[in-house]
Amino acid sequence: MKKFTTLTGLVAPMDRANVDTDAIIPKQFLKSIRRTGFGPHLFDALRYLDEGQPEQDCSTRPINPDFVLNVARYQGAEILLTRENFGCGSSREHAPWALEDFGIRALIAPSFADIFYNNCFKNGVLPVVLPAAVVEQLFQAVAALPGYRLTIDLEKQTVVTTDGVSHSFAVDEFRKYCLLNGLDEIGLTLRHADDIRAYEVLRAQREPWLFGVSQ
Amino acid sequence: MNPQTLYEKLWQAHVVRQETDDTALLYIDRHLVHEVTSPQAFEGLRIARRPLWRVASILATTDHNTPTTDQDVIADPISRLQVSTLDDNCALYGINEFRMGDVRQGIVHVIGPEQGATLPGMTVVCGDSHTSTHGAFAALAMGIGTSEVEHVLATQTLLSRKAKTMQVVVEGALPQGVTAKDVALSIIGHMGTAGGTGYAIEFAGSTIRELSMEGRMTLCNMAIEAGARAGMIAVDDTTIHYLEGRPFAPKDALWTQAVTYWRTLVSDAGAVFDKVVTFNAAAIEPLVTWGTSPEMVVGVNARVPDPLKEADPTKREGIERALQYMNLTANMPISDIVIDKVFIGSCTNSRIEDLRSAAAVLKGRHVAANITQALVVPGSGLVKLAAEAEGLDKIFMAAGFEWRNPGCSMCLGMNEDHLSPGERCASTSNRNFEGRQGPGGRTHLVSPQMAAAAAVAGHFVDVRTLLN
Ligand code: SF4
Repeated sequence: MKKFTTLTGLVAPMDRANVDTDAIIPKQFLKSIRRTGFGPHLFDALRYLDEGQPEQDCSTRPINPDFVLNVARYQGAEILLTRENFGCGSSREHAPWALEDFGIRALIAPSFADIFYNNCFKNGVLPVVLPAAVVEQLFQAVAALPGYRLTIDLEKQTVVTTDGVSHSFAVDEFRKYCLLNGLDEIGLTLRHADDIRAYEVLRAQREPWLFGVSQ
Repeated sequence: MNPQTLYEKLWQAHVVRQETDDTALLYIDRHLVHEVTSPQAFEGLRIARRPLWRVASILATTDHNTPTTDQDVIADPISRLQVSTLDDNCALYGINEFRMGDVRQGIVHVIGPEQGATLPGMTVVCGDSHTSTHGAFAALAMGIGTSEVEHVLATQTLLSRKAKTMQVVVEGALPQGVTAKDVALSIIGHMGTAGGTGYAIEFAGSTIRELSMEGRMTLCNMAIEAGARAGMIAVDDTTIHYLEGRPFAPKDALWTQAVTYWRTLVSDAGAVFDKVVTFNAAAIEPLVTWGTSPEMVVGVNARVPDPLKEADPTKREGIERALQYMNLTANMPISDIVIDKVFIGSCTNSRIEDLRSAAAVLKGRHVAANITQALVVPGSGLVKLAAEAEGLDKIFMAAGFEWRNPGCSMCLGMNEDHLSPGERCASTSNRNFEGRQGPGGRTHLVSPQMAAAAAVAGHFVDVRTLLN
């Protein structure tokens, strides 16, 4: 997994609540059996004026000039600022894959949907929860200042503005540790293989039907 | 011992290792797999040369891409490759898979319970958010992403954070024409789609006790639409009766032993929830969503909301955008909304009881002239057979519906069944997001009875006027 330590990046504002995973990466792209190549189709239905197809060349498609990621001043954005409940809907990990492939390394919102939040950590994308009032301030600052950047420091758990104002955020210790070090969670868990086996022995005594032949 | 909630009991029984205060490595009993979210996980295993931890815990099926007409061949080569990739992975690893053409094939959340592969006290995971469905059996059932699918395949465990607990109590008898779907939409309408975020919800109360397993699955299915990590319902006689004799359920002495344990899978008297919300069943009406989020829902006899009455600017813009996308006018009566298509199916409402309730409305009636397509897609091959044995297929076809083969179908339109831009659909599925059923398509979520009533009228109508 990709590490995340600190990031200073351009911020793009997506001023919508409840952005769902169907919007982040529409269903026709879920047919892929690969993990990569979703970036050109991130927010496909919002970003382009025609209907996107898998495995197509997106460079010649008509773009929606009003969509935030198409606006000149937000080209190269690595931080997406958005509203409540970002990532609601399906469990598709294609959503963080598309964000990551596009170049978004961090998200800031007042809240995220559970499964999406979890999926981000597995892919080196950091979702940062800040209070709604702070998010509102950031929206105003981004609108006012072209080239607005923020620095996110995962170790210190802070989001720092260019004029030095620091907002701290909470993150689960274990997720932070894995993301800071870019650790492979499966490898970490397999170090406890003996514990898993011991648990199975106990469980098979307590609920033997779960380990029967009919399965 | 302190009184415990059902969630706490299920959690505790599966802790392999406590990692931090609120994060634990949980053991996973049942892993359901489908073609969309698994190929990258199997590929990851192969790259790292890791074996499967416990192949017997896995049950696989194809559902999202499967055609609902002729199932011999999938026309779209990309869909075909995804399905054949699952077939190949299952063959390679020796995984039990219900392939296309197998009568047991169907939507993953329909076939698990139908086979008795979902049992009380289990942890159930699937790379699909509607895994919450299986919580109807007092299982801890969670949707996971592809990285976690790989983690479970390789380790039989999942790193999980303990959720807060919420009890949603629904009391009283449901009025005629009001179903579990309306209960679910009503709860989401009140709580909002983020109202359950961070919580595991237990549904309780006399209304829930009276629901069949089908109704309970509909309700738990939509717990995810309230943002909850899981939805669940305690074990009772209804649970036990449903499971008895199912192919994967224990038999004989093991059955007796299992039932004794399962009976303990209830929240203890005096157990404390972080939050309790109460609903009165008598106040719930047949509902219709008008917008692009399941929380945008009102009674069939109400009107489309007016954004000018919303004080919060983000919400007001949300309503305006939804009205524009849905091509609706503020304050118009819901019953004036004219539809083009009807879809009865999905993991929310494609079980035998759903089909029966829609057929009861359609019997002796016909879809309206403006309906261009009306589809019934049973949740599994076995549901289809059961419905045919009761003659439901005849009723649907006489009414002008197409009787299809099982799969996810127009719930998300990864196969050929989808809406065209601008088309409006009365759908028994669970999501009305922009483009969900096809780019530019407009989805209104309703119960199977309400979908049938809308098909007959050509617009939304209170199903109770047809039931009397
Ligand atoms: S029926 Fe719809 S919601 Fe259910 S698993 Fe299939 S696509 Fe997902």
